[in-house]
Amino acid sequence: MPYDLAVRLRSAVALAGRYPLLAGADLDVRTGEILALKGANGAGKTSLLRVIAGLIPLSGGEATVLGLDPTSDARALRRQVGLLGHRNGLYEDLSAEENVRFAARAARPPKGAAREALARLGIRDRLAELPTGKLSAGQRRRVALAALLARRPLLWLLDEPHAGLDAEHRELLDGLLKEVAALGATVVLASHEILTREVLAHRVATVSGGMVLDGLIVDSPVPDAPAIDGPARDGPAAGNMAQPDLEQPSVA
Amino acid sequence: MWRDALVVAGKDLRVEGRSKVALNQVVPYSLVVLLLFGFAFDQDQPLLVQAAPGLFWLAVLFSGLLAVQRTFSIESADGAADSLRMSGLEPAGIFVGKVVAVAVQLLLLEVFLAVGIVVLFHSRLEGAGLLAASAVLSTTGVAAAGVAYGALSMGTRVRETLLPLLLAPVLAPVVLAATEAWRAALGFSSGDGWRWLGLLAGFTAIYLAGGVLSFGALMEET
Repeated sequence: MPYDLAVRLRSAVALAGRYPLLAGADLDVRTGEILALKGANGAGKTSLLRVIAGLIPLSGGEATVLGLDPTSDARALRRQVGLLGHRNGLYEDLSAEENVRFAARAARPPKGAAREALARLGIRDRLAELPTGKLSAGQRRRVALAALLARRPLLWLLDEPHAGLDAEHRELLDGLLKEVAALGATVVLASHEILTREVLAHRVATVSGGMVLDGLIVDSPVPDAPAIDGPARDGPAAGNMAQPDLEQPSVA
Repeated sequence: MWRDALVVAGKDLRVEGRSKVALNQVVPYSLVVLLLFGFAFDQDQPLLVQAAPGLFWLAVLFSGLLAVQRTFSIESADGAADSLRMSGLEPAGIFVGKVVAVAVQLLLLEVFLAVGIVVLFHSRLEGAGLLAASAVLSTTGVAAAGVAYGALSMGTRVRETLLPLLLAPVLAPVVLAATEAWRAALGFSSGDGWRWLGLLAGFTAIYLAGGVLSFGALMEET
């Protein structure tokens, strides 16, 4: 591979029964890159994320994610991948803190990861102690993001991650994603929001009819700066990825 | 695997501790079932006393179905099943953890039911060792088969009705052996009740081994 790719799909086909979810998708995502997926409802963005996560097996084509085959090495891969779908994946009878601590215990990140993640997402005091079923949609989204952060994944797969968040926490999330990307994690997010895609992402790819229209990297091996002026260009973004001593988020 | 099992069991028991569904719904339901059995026998006291072990284990079976459905409904709400699959926990650990959580709830329920058959049916609980040993083995068997079949039916749209249909025949030998062990302990059969423990141990071991080996594949099908 010419670059250090976190995700590489070639002619990927995935089926739900006889219905094609992916119909020959080609996609490259560099390590440390923030890639935004755009496309109409039903275009295949969610299926693409679930294939990369190893939740939907490939029926044809090739896939390598973090150096692993998402179908045959699904279990090993999932330890290093964080997926946030349309639903938050929380236990609504447990408090925010208990949900995040469960996610952290399962993934065995460094000690204190759960506490740090809660603080980073501004979940403290009464908010941390209430059952998540009693929180607002935006608050639940923040708890889900804290649970994801506590796991310290190498690859973040986010499906409409800003849904339900207010302006302040959208900004917080954007900053967080830029931070983790700067530390070497890779982010693939599906979003309908043009502004989010343009400000946050290094690159935007279009999904249509189960295919990625512009998913391959055709330019230089040096990771690009974001296409449009924004905070991502100012940060210690993709250019640092090749540094061997760069501290990288990892699961223990 | 054991560490993962503890993590999952702790989470499931904490969820139940917060929601109190087992305490507020399953326990009253099982006591109502016992009461209805009492009505069905129309106050035929000697027959009721003799049938108490079988009625007890039928009540455990019905309540066990609710407990198993509950343990998977908390995973299907808000997409938690995907989070569990992505968690990095060993499937065998998830299985054992869920079995432990369901078994702990059922054992607590059986304490209420035992009091129920003493109060409602005037049963005299004797042979405590045999009663306790058979209760632990059968409860573990019910939980193990329940969790394995619960995972199997979780991805279907008809899981609430499919699970009892799949599970009841599989658990018939466990209910039968547990009933016979209890009948022997209470002095209603001349056989050696401890021999039924061998059968219970065999079925429970099969259900546990089957679940440990297959749970990963079952989770992927959901």
